[in-house]
Amino acid sequence: MSITHLLFWILSVTALGSALMVVTSKNLVYSVLYLIVTFFAISGHYILLNAQFLAIVNLIVYAGAIMVLFLFVIMLMNLNADVEPAKKNWLKIAGALAGGCLLLVMVAALKDADYKNQIAQTQNGEIGLIQNLGMVLFNDYVVPFEISSILFLSAMVGAVVLGKKEKNE
Amino acid sequence: MPINYYLFFSLALFCIGIVGVLTRRNSIIIFMCVELMLNAVNVLLVAFSKMHHLAYLGKSAGAVSDGTDGQLFVFFIMVVAAAEVSVGLAIIVMLYRNTHSVDVNFLNRLKN
Amino acid sequence: MNNILQLVWLIPLFPLLGFLINGLARKAMSKSLIGIVASGMILASFIVSVLVFIEVRKGNTQAVVLFDFISFDKIHIPFSFLADQLSALFLLIITGVGFLIHVYSTSYMHEESNEHFGRYFAYLNLFVFSMLLLVLGGNYLIMFIGWEGVGLCSYLLIGFWFKNNDYNNAANKAFIMNRIGDFAFLIALFWLLSKTGSLTFNDVFSKTDLLSKTDITIVTLLLFVGATGKSAQIPLYTWLPDAMAGPTPVSALIHAATMVTAGIYMIARSNILYTMAPLTQSVIAVIGLATAILAASIALKQNDIKKVLAYSTVSQLGYMFLGLGVGAYTGAVFHVMTHAFFKACLFLGAGSVIHAMHSQQQDIRYMGGLRKYMPWTHITFLLACIAIAGIPPFSGFFSKDEILLAAYAVNPIYFYVGAAGSLMTAYYMFRLYAMTFQGSFRGTNEQEHHLHESPVAITFPLIVLAILSVIGGLIGIPELFMKDGHSLAEFLAPIFAGSLKLQHAHAIDHNTEWILLIISVGVAVGGSIYGYLRFSKNPELTDAKGFGKLLENKWYVDEIYNAAIVNPIRALSKFFSKIVERYVVDGMVNGVGRSIQYGSRQIRLLQSGQVGNYILLMVFGIVIFFVIEFFLKKG
Repeated sequence: MSITHLLFWILSVTALGSALMVVTSKNLVYSVLYLIVTFFAISGHYILLNAQFLAIVNLIVYAGAIMVLFLFVIMLMNLNADVEPAKKNWLKIAGALAGGCLLLVMVAALKDADYKNQIAQTQNGEIGLIQNLGMVLFNDYVVPFEISSILFLSAMVGAVVLGKKEKNE
Repeated sequence: MPINYYLFFSLALFCIGIVGVLTRRNSIIIFMCVELMLNAVNVLLVAFSKMHHLAYLGKSAGAVSDGTDGQLFVFFIMVVAAAEVSVGLAIIVMLYRNTHSVDVNFLNRLKN
Repeated sequence: MNNILQLVWLIPLFPLLGFLINGLARKAMSKSLIGIVASGMILASFIVSVLVFIEVRKGNTQAVVLFDFISFDKIHIPFSFLADQLSALFLLIITGVGFLIHVYSTSYMHEESNEHFGRYFAYLNLFVFSMLLLVLGGNYLIMFIGWEGVGLCSYLLIGFWFKNNDYNNAANKAFIMNRIGDFAFLIALFWLLSKTGSLTFNDVFSKTDLLSKTDITIVTLLLFVGATGKSAQIPLYTWLPDAMAGPTPVSALIHAATMVTAGIYMIARSNILYTMAPLTQSVIAVIGLATAILAASIALKQNDIKKVLAYSTVSQLGYMFLGLGVGAYTGAVFHVMTHAFFKACLFLGAGSVIHAMHSQQQDIRYMGGLRKYMPWTHITFLLACIAIAGIPPFSGFFSKDEILLAAYAVNPIYFYVGAAGSLMTAYYMFRLYAMTFQGSFRGTNEQEHHLHESPVAITFPLIVLAILSVIGGLIGIPELFMKDGHSLAEFLAPIFAGSLKLQHAHAIDHNTEWILLIISVGVAVGGSIYGYLRFSKNPELTDAKGFGKLLENKWYVDEIYNAAIVNPIRALSKFFSKIVERYVVDGMVNGVGRSIQYGSRQIRLLQSGQVGNYILLMVFGIVIFFVIEFFLKKG
């Protein structure tokens, strides 16, 4: 077992394990923290695939900004103490069953796919570098990039409008 | 790494996300599970992008930038996810303000 | 545009314009304006028709194709008009008589309110339009459009006073009876289309070798069934007497002069097919003759002035069919023309009488002695009576005798039966005349006080038509009296040339012809004088007994039809409406509705409003989709 394989397994197990914890932990803050762990593991995967830019963006955007936002919301509203009403048992079982079925079916469907022997390049490859991605982003994808700034603007406006206290309250 | 590994890894991640969405009632958890599912897809996209790049290296056809598109796609998904989270959390805040709970079952106005 | 025949489409266009103007703007127009528009349009058509007639007289005929009407695969049916001798003659009759009747109507219908007055003229114009389409059509399809159009207008006009339910029933009866005939007509058209691939007259008639003997017989019989509906022959004649519910000018125009002759026109147009089908010819002759006798016998005992004329119309139409059946196409067309003159005159005269009688009295038992009060109506009515009775040298004599002579040539029995019919005709016409105009007035004093001669708009058409009834026969003088006297036969010769070649000439020697003429004139004069003498002094006022009662009640044909056809159908309809409709059809529809309601109520439970449930179902959906896509669709 090469070092790459070893790293892959470690990262995968970390990611899946903490993802399970996200779903199962009773405490909201724990969930958020486990999610951050998951994101770190995923960033590790990106680095393993030599996608350095995405690894950094993932850390900054997800593990940094988004999760902090989650934490803010939880803290500000003091949701920590809020006891979540338990779902009906049979619904939980049905949910788990549905997810399991989906996993089973997809795995069964994809295990014989044509490209199953193809290799994803790890540790090498230049396309994940900021320079190469930037060239393509600002040449071919400059219009979607600009449009995404408009998307952010409207999301910002939407968040402000939604979060504002209504006057008649 | 064989692509299958990544495939099954991200599938597992995705299904964990789905199970979370289906079994929890806390809207914040559900939201986080959605993020989890997005990330599962992102991982797979990056893996495929690298797979394509490798396939290009093995033969003469194609361009040096083969596979870049996949990673840029991930980048845009992150952009959209960030916007989505800001709006989604605003909605949850509003929901909490109105119902003093983040239970999705209060959002059953669609029924009538 | 080198000749007038290219403009033949103008003829139906004018009445159509009149229909649109009067139909759409009738509320905004004054009565006189409506009358002027309607009559003016027909007059314009008449003028064009005269020009066309003059052109055709020179020997020019033309098929004018306006546009492609139906075109798919191998079937091409153009919208075409055919201007030839036959259609030119009918054009003259329709627009000429039609114009006179429009003028007459402006006065007769004057008591109607503005709106109904406009409606009346719109219908009348539409009728003339349809009739012109029927006559001008260059193929069977255009003819059929006109054929249906006149049926519709007849329905509309019979039911013109739609507030009276009896009139509505009469209108329905006419329409439904016509439909029966039209159905056969339509089948004949499809038959022709499938065999010859064309409906254009000239094509069909030149491709007769494509049709087998059986085909021709069936097609002609079916067409004849269509004609019995429209032209009121046995067994579909009962609508015509009931059609007298409409305003009298309508009866004159539609149910005497024009529409009912559509069947004659159609058969005359298809004469070549009929000549090739001797069986059909015999059927036509026998049915025509039977109708003539039956209707004449009923007319003997009718007391309603319009009913008598209606049955006389049916009877005369029977003669025309007899003529067609024995191959005397010219004679039939000739009789159509003279009949149009004198029957229109009689109907309009009857209308004038009804108009004069207070409270729309139509029963001749309450008339009498009108001679003194209505001199013009009286004299024109008398002239038309003489004409229809067949007394020489009035028009009816020439046309009827031409038919009867041709009938003798085929089968002497036809002649004798026909002559008996004409005896009855003369008798009942003079009975009608005597009871109406002779003797003394038998109505109330109030009615007597009210009696007056009709205005000039009514008398003018009467006079014109009376003159035509008198002299109209002179265009067809038989060989016996004058060599080359039959200018009508000469004129129509190109139309019937094909048939003439196929027919075996039954020459009758002159002596026989003289004897036959004397017989028919004898019965006509005898019947007339007997009828006149019997009823002018001692009008028959009591109800008939015995055989007369049978006749008065029209042989109980209506009752037989009711018992044999209408009531069983009613019972069947009742069965369908009460049982099948309620339990089978409704049950099915309600069942579908109920099951959907039930299903929806169950499915509605899925819409719980719980987002989680929705997603759960979605995931299961995706799983099922994957299973189907990847595992079940193999191969």
